[in-house]
Amino acid sequence: MGAEFVQFSLTPILIGIFASIACALPGNFLILRRQALIGDAISHVVLPGIVVAFLVTGVVSTWPMLIGAAVAALVAVALIEAVRRLGRIEPGAAMGVVFTSLFAGGVLLLEQSDTSNVHLDVEHALMGNLEQLIWLRADGWGSLLDPVALADLPPELPRMAVAALIIAVLMLVFWRPLKLASFDEGFARALGLPVRLIGLGLVTAAAVAAVAAFDAVGSIIVIAMFICPPAAARMMTNHLGVQVAWSVVFAILSAVLGYVLAGYGPIWLGASNSVSAAGMIATVAGLILGLACLFGPARHRVGVAAGG
Amino acid sequence: MADLSVIESQTPLDPASPLAVRGLTVSYGEKPALFSLDASFPAGKMSAIVGPNGAGKSTFLKAALGLIPKVSGEVSVFGREVDRVRDRIAYLPQRASVDWDFPTTARDVVLMGLYGQVGLWRRITGQHKAHALACLDRVGMADFADRQIGQLSGGQQQRVFLARALAQGADLFLLDEPFAGVDAATEAAIIDVLKSLQAEGRSVIAVHHDLSTVAEYFDHVLLVNLRRIAEGPVATTFTADTLADAYGGRLGAVQIEALALQGA
Repeated sequence: MGAEFVQFSLTPILIGIFASIACALPGNFLILRRQALIGDAISHVVLPGIVVAFLVTGVVSTWPMLIGAAVAALVAVALIEAVRRLGRIEPGAAMGVVFTSLFAGGVLLLEQSDTSNVHLDVEHALMGNLEQLIWLRADGWGSLLDPVALADLPPELPRMAVAALIIAVLMLVFWRPLKLASFDEGFARALGLPVRLIGLGLVTAAAVAAVAAFDAVGSIIVIAMFICPPAAARMMTNHLGVQVAWSVVFAILSAVLGYVLAGYGPIWLGASNSVSAAGMIATVAGLILGLACLFGPARHRVGVAAGG
Repeated sequence: MADLSVIESQTPLDPASPLAVRGLTVSYGEKPALFSLDASFPAGKMSAIVGPNGAGKSTFLKAALGLIPKVSGEVSVFGREVDRVRDRIAYLPQRASVDWDFPTTARDVVLMGLYGQVGLWRRITGQHKAHALACLDRVGMADFADRQIGQLSGGQQQRVFLARALAQGADLFLLDEPFAGVDAATEAAIIDVLKSLQAEGRSVIAVHHDLSTVAEYFDHVLLVNLRRIAEGPVATTFTADTLADAYGGRLGAVQIEALALQGA
């Protein structure tokens, strides 16, 4: 665990951790509000927005990408409404049709445009480039205190850390309104809380997490982290605060374990190559969810069906 | 005479009334749900809102609280706009409106009743927790404080939500069918609590479905069926005539006579 680890593994693992946390935090509330599909939809819809933003500006940078993703999200909302009304299709199906179509459109656009000189291609969109986000300037743990070396950190790391921090702070600040509006909307409104604004804020936070994480880790991790850690955490407890804490633990565990297994797992099994870190991180998240479903202490819940 | 009517429409709604409305009209799309309803509930009493299914009873509570938009009409809560006195109102929605699978316990639900007082960020202290437990105890649910709410029976759930309303320390309690789907023991427990609230000088207004208990539980009644049919003390208002008006052909003459006799 010396210089080589700091150079080649520390930054990808940290980026994976921050991306996972940023997605898992809003995921808790999306799942409780039966809006898990929205997280899925956002992470798909973001792609065409980012590609168009790149085609317009010619650079891969945060703000144009965020704006492009936001515009794509608005287009998606309008399309979902149109499909639902004109096609008389139930909302879930309308959402499914629209976001997969937009994602497919984004893939086609990406394939046809000249993005050879930037990190933007189809494989990248799905799986990110976690393994390449290394810190060559580092020569050991001491580099963490060396301003010259720190200046050479992959920019994805501070960006992802800031996104995760912002989302965590917003969640703490608006904890009570979020909890009330998610649990009992009628009561929240009777107290005078702006429940629609709260819902919109939550979806916006999810979109920020998706856009920030997209470039570094790809959409597979984003989709997995919106759902797997919070859903597994729900099986562990009947307290919301404890659930969120568990979801962060599971997100970190998935990122670390997934990265290590992707790099060394095949070698331990006798193969010579490694596998995609993003794919392995998402797989580990799914395995954790499976274990929680089988053994989680709060998995037996009555009133699930009778509640409606 | 024309002048008089103008003056009358400008008189403020009774400031002593915990809830008074004038000309309240609500519609869902094209379909009217309430039409030009006037009502004024007395302070410190138990009031029932009674009427057939789809008469607009729940709509009335929601529109009065501003949860759904109204087409027209005035609403006054203790003589003020509802937005200025939200901290004096406790609202108990119909049971179905809640997510029963939510990771929260009975104690937690009651603590939510304190959010209005403690605000967004102030700490929940031991005193708050003790108060929440006392409210649970008042509805006989202290032993279930740490149960996840989905694991309680319908009656127990309703008592927990009544405890949350108690924790709010409100002066006006608006309850939407508090006895729907609860057992007899719970109904008795809820009525005990509501009567004790009344004894403390608080006002209770409940949408009520069971005509046979109106006279037993309530002092004041509003009979509604899209419009106001009648309003006043139960003894003089809850009569065969007004019931026939409110329910039309939906109740038999014999039923109406029996109910009205109970009220007399």
